Amino acid sequence: MNLNFIAFKIFRALLTMVLVITAAFFILHLSGDPIEIMLGDEAEPEVIEYYRALYGLDRALYVQYFGYFTGVLQGDLGFSLIDEQDVLEMIVDAIPNTLILGGTAFALSLSLGIPLGIIAALHRNKAIDRFVMSFAVFGFSIPNFFLGILLILTFSMWLRWLPTAGSGTVWHLIMPAITLGTSAAGSLARFARSSMLEVLNKSYMRTATAKGVPRRQRIQWHALPNAAIPLVTVLGFRIGDLVAGSIITEAVFAWPGVGRLLVSSVASKDLAVVQGILLMVSFTMVIANLLVDLTYGWIDPRIRTSSTMDKE
Amino acid sequence: MSEPHSVKPVIRFVPRFWGKYPPLVLIAAVFVVCVLIVFLFADLLAPSHYRVQDLDNRLAAPSFLGGPEKYFLGTDSLGRDLVSRLIYATRFSIFVAILGTCIGAVLGTFLGFVAAHFRGWVEESLMMLVDAQASLPFMLIALAVLAFFGNSFVLFVIIMGINGWENYARLTRGMVLSANTHGYAVAVRSLGAKPSAVYYRHILPNILSVLIVQFSLNFPSTILLETSLSFLGLGIQPPLTSLGQMLGAGRAHLLHAWWIAVLPGTMIFLTTLSISIIGDWLRDRLDPTLRNR
Repeated sequence: MNLNFIAFKIFRALLTMVLVITAAFFILHLSGDPIEIMLGDEAEPEVIEYYRALYGLDRALYVQYFGYFTGVLQGDLGFSLIDEQDVLEMIVDAIPNTLILGGTAFALSLSLGIPLGIIAALHRNKAIDRFVMSFAVFGFSIPNFFLGILLILTFSMWLRWLPTAGSGTVWHLIMPAITLGTSAAGSLARFARSSMLEVLNKSYMRTATAKGVPRRQRIQWHALPNAAIPLVTVLGFRIGDLVAGSIITEAVFAWPGVGRLLVSSVASKDLAVVQGILLMVSFTMVIANLLVDLTYGWIDPRIRTSSTMDKE
Repeated sequence: MSEPHSVKPVIRFVPRFWGKYPPLVLIAAVFVVCVLIVFLFADLLAPSHYRVQDLDNRLAAPSFLGGPEKYFLGTDSLGRDLVSRLIYATRFSIFVAILGTCIGAVLGTFLGFVAAHFRGWVEESLMMLVDAQASLPFMLIALAVLAFFGNSFVLFVIIMGINGWENYARLTRGMVLSANTHGYAVAVRSLGAKPSAVYYRHILPNILSVLIVQFSLNFPSTILLETSLSFLGLGIQPPLTSLGQMLGAGRAHLLHAWWIAVLPGTMIFLTTLSISIIGDWLRDRLDPTLRNR
């Protein structure tokens, strides 16, 4: 693959990360004195001074910035003054749960959304298309938190099949995964349908028909690979939606993941944890976007050759 | 993706498509009009003020489910009439969403013009901001801002405004760049018109229809952001109420009074769904090449 293309994308990704770290540092500093938040208003000045020196808050700003920057690069995200625990440790403890939930929801939305979208496209304007698309619009539009509550009402309170909240067993995973996966499934189905329809109308599809390629092979070898190109980009965006959705879903089902940690830290103003999560998620997103860009370039050779430095 | 161009003004297509509305769009439009009526005339429609308490009738069931006659949709944990609360919560959510969407639209459109006018490093840095915001889930940014700066109503509305500005900026920049090369812009400019006059009087009216569609697509996401944050208890704070705040408060009573949560949830769902249906339809009508965005 074109080295320039890869280098440019990686440079952009690194630059974004530096910007995010810098922004996190300055916002953290503009937002007030963590020692005051920790000790309250009535603390003795000597005690405050002691803690300021202990956490290095008495040094010059650029020294603190440099220390922060190198610390982040070494995986030191700071110390939660409220939970008295290492921030990285708190986040790392929560990550597996979030990955389980997010992964299940992502798999669910992929295996449901894409086939349904393709089926709808192949039966355009028939009853099955209408049905699939109404389902997609419904899934796409229903807010996460409302769907979660409807599921709890139906399956926990009324039918008493599933636990309302918590984690630990497969039964606990079902409702959160459905809640989180539904909207992604809906929008993927919509996108898969429109991208498939676009390809089906292309002239090379007509050519394939004319030269006698059977329908099944036309769809499998001519239509699907081309329809996959825009789908890959949209998958990258879905990862972002999954992150946002998992914040709400974890709060609804008391799922002990990063999202719930974030919400409780925002509520208790535990800024060290908030900036730690912000950095972690930003890095993950930047890497995910980088991978999407590279995959995109790999699937579609036109992109890696033409748009490396695309300007009008 | 291709940049949108050759856009028809909004005013021209409205009468032309009169009588060609799909029934679903009509139903959605009727619902949106009802929501707007509630938004405008909440004081006249609500049976009582949303903070009036009736502690003898806490968590009363809706009257059609066997609750007291005077509370059609029942009451909440402080005995407040849910019809009134629903009406005022709708007004408040719509109010915040309109305010936020307007801020985002004006800001994004303005910066889009700025980027297209100055080009060079101004454009580069603005577009980088656009990319950065588009690559991070906005929910996360909103939560971080709320954590760092505390919650106040003004800040909350500003957060709503920052949500989605990047869409307007990206669209506007693309359309202005394309319009600048069109005959009419070149002609007006060669007659000696100032750049600001060209942008405001000639290019803006031409791209307005696309921006209006973007507005209708952005509006539901603003409602969802507000209701999500309020649902988490980090947005609108009591004694004020919004649909999300009502839903969040109703969560505690799911077992005995499910209607407290289901009513505002249904309202949020139907409102965002109706506006999305209208927005999608407008977009398809306006420019089929935009269909996949």
